[in-house]
Amino acid sequence: MEIDPFIFRLSIFILAIFVGYYVVWSVTPSLHTPLMSVTNAISSVIIVGAIVAALAGDNVKIFGTANVFGFLAIVLAAVNIFGGFLVTHRMLAMYKKKKKDK
Amino acid sequence: MSANLLAVFYLISGVLFILALRGLSSPETSRQGNFFGIIGMAIAIGVTIISTGNFSTGFVYLLIFLIVGGSIGAYIAFKIPMTAMPELVAGFHSLVGLAAVFVAISAFLNPEVFNLGFPGKIKIASLIEMSLGAAIGAITFTGSIIAFLKLRGLMSGSPITFIGQHFLNLALGILILCIVFFLCNTQQEYLFWSLIAIAFLVGVLLIIPIGGADMPVVISMLNSYSGWAAAGIGFTLENSALIITGALVGSSGAILSYIMCKGMNRSFFNVILGGWGASEESSKSSSKEQKPVKNGNADDAAFLMKNASSVIIVPGYGMAVAQAQHALREMVDSLKKNGVKVSYAIHPVAGRMPGHMNVLLAEANVPYDEVFELEDINNDFANCDVAYVIGANDVTNPVAKTDPQSPIYGMPILDVEKSKSVLFVKRSLSPGYAGIDNDLFYRENTLMLFADAKKMTEDITKSL
Repeated sequence: MEIDPFIFRLSIFILAIFVGYYVVWSVTPSLHTPLMSVTNAISSVIIVGAIVAALAGDNVKIFGTANVFGFLAIVLAAVNIFGGFLVTHRMLAMYKKKKKDK
Repeated sequence: MSANLLAVFYLISGVLFILALRGLSSPETSRQGNFFGIIGMAIAIGVTIISTGNFSTGFVYLLIFLIVGGSIGAYIAFKIPMTAMPELVAGFHSLVGLAAVFVAISAFLNPEVFNLGFPGKIKIASLIEMSLGAAIGAITFTGSIIAFLKLRGLMSGSPITFIGQHFLNLALGILILCIVFFLCNTQQEYLFWSLIAIAFLVGVLLIIPIGGADMPVVISMLNSYSGWAAAGIGFTLENSALIITGALVGSSGAILSYIMCKGMNRSFFNVILGGWGASEESSKSSSKEQKPVKNGNADDAAFLMKNASSVIIVPGYGMAVAQAQHALREMVDSLKKNGVKVSYAIHPVAGRMPGHMNVLLAEANVPYDEVFELEDINNDFANCDVAYVIGANDVTNPVAKTDPQSPIYGMPILDVEKSKSVLFVKRSLSPGYAGIDNDLFYRENTLMLFADAKKMTEDITKSL
């Protein structure tokens, strides 16, 4: 008897929820704002779907409705990816420890 | 590239994203974590482009769109002031939501590309997954727009409620499920469009009844939704990187919402059903405002703090509004020169998003090991000489412990009252967001400093 691939994906999903649960609880509360901006950046990995949709078919189809929606999604996700990672970097660069010589 | 190899690369991206979140467990490893996240994203995008095998016109357009979006994102990331982080995050969530909707639409219109069947004959499972992804994405989009407008002050922060609101939301929710059911049976395109339209409406209706003070919960909740939307699309596209990321982000947002609700001692449903405090209850306090208050000036405050051996600073949203974080750091520097021990106490719901105060203090070069969370510092108030409350109010209100009638009863508070003296920087005696009077104002050991937080702090520094 063969297992539906959906079950495998569901397993990944459920296990990832548990990983997320434990990893996020160990995030220090002072970094909760960077946590939000970085989760925002990584959820934009939805861009992979947008790329497949945008580049589908030959060049004649590139301005078909489905492809155009793909391109629009690429722009939105790109804003998020660059904006999210850079703003996280900017924030994290500000967190400094006490200087010892004081 | 074979499908199996592609899947392995997506798995690697997923693992790198987990490491990115893991890095945030301490500020020292966090920068490395962010770097892992960037690598994971680069891998996912790179292998996807290679796998499509399209390097002609489409690829050129792809690069142009990537660069346009990327430059907008980078520009915003460098320009945004740290006080505006909550709006920025809300705005970014709306983009993830809309991107999810667009990808779902592409998949619906052109299912062959994703191996989901043919237009009019899409696999039922895929149809359910993409409908859910699109609906949650649409709710995230409009919900985040409303949150953005409220945070930015373009829309009033007070809750908008009307009779039958919850009933309407419930009815729309059931309608969405019915549409998904008929969509699976008939595969009609118009059903898919109406599904998205109704979900847009639900997003608006869900966020308008929630007041300004509850924004930390709303932002965390929308963070969670954007994750579930991504996971829904991930199931449709059979992409493990998306499924893993969606699950991570979804649970991350859910945990943050939980922490925020706990910080206010309110249940999640209580926040979501909305309409707490703000305008209606502020009238109650008017009768009490006759009580005597000790009013001080900058010199008094400077004298008190200079002669103290330890001072605890309690920042709140008012500090962010007044942009007083840099002035505060300068004041603390002069205090330290006088040999005073200074630490900062941060309540979980201070500010408009989780961790907001910590970022502002970090921006002002306050070392993160001087900043403490509620449970770590609360016992120290009893031994501290001066508590300097700047822009915080409800989170210090002792009524949360004493009066079961109070709307904030049971909320964990910072025990500012236990310190020998309290300096309260505030523009007036008006109550805070919860709309309740703060008993602390009238205490014997409290000195009120009526002024703008930034100006008062600067004046104190001068007198030191």
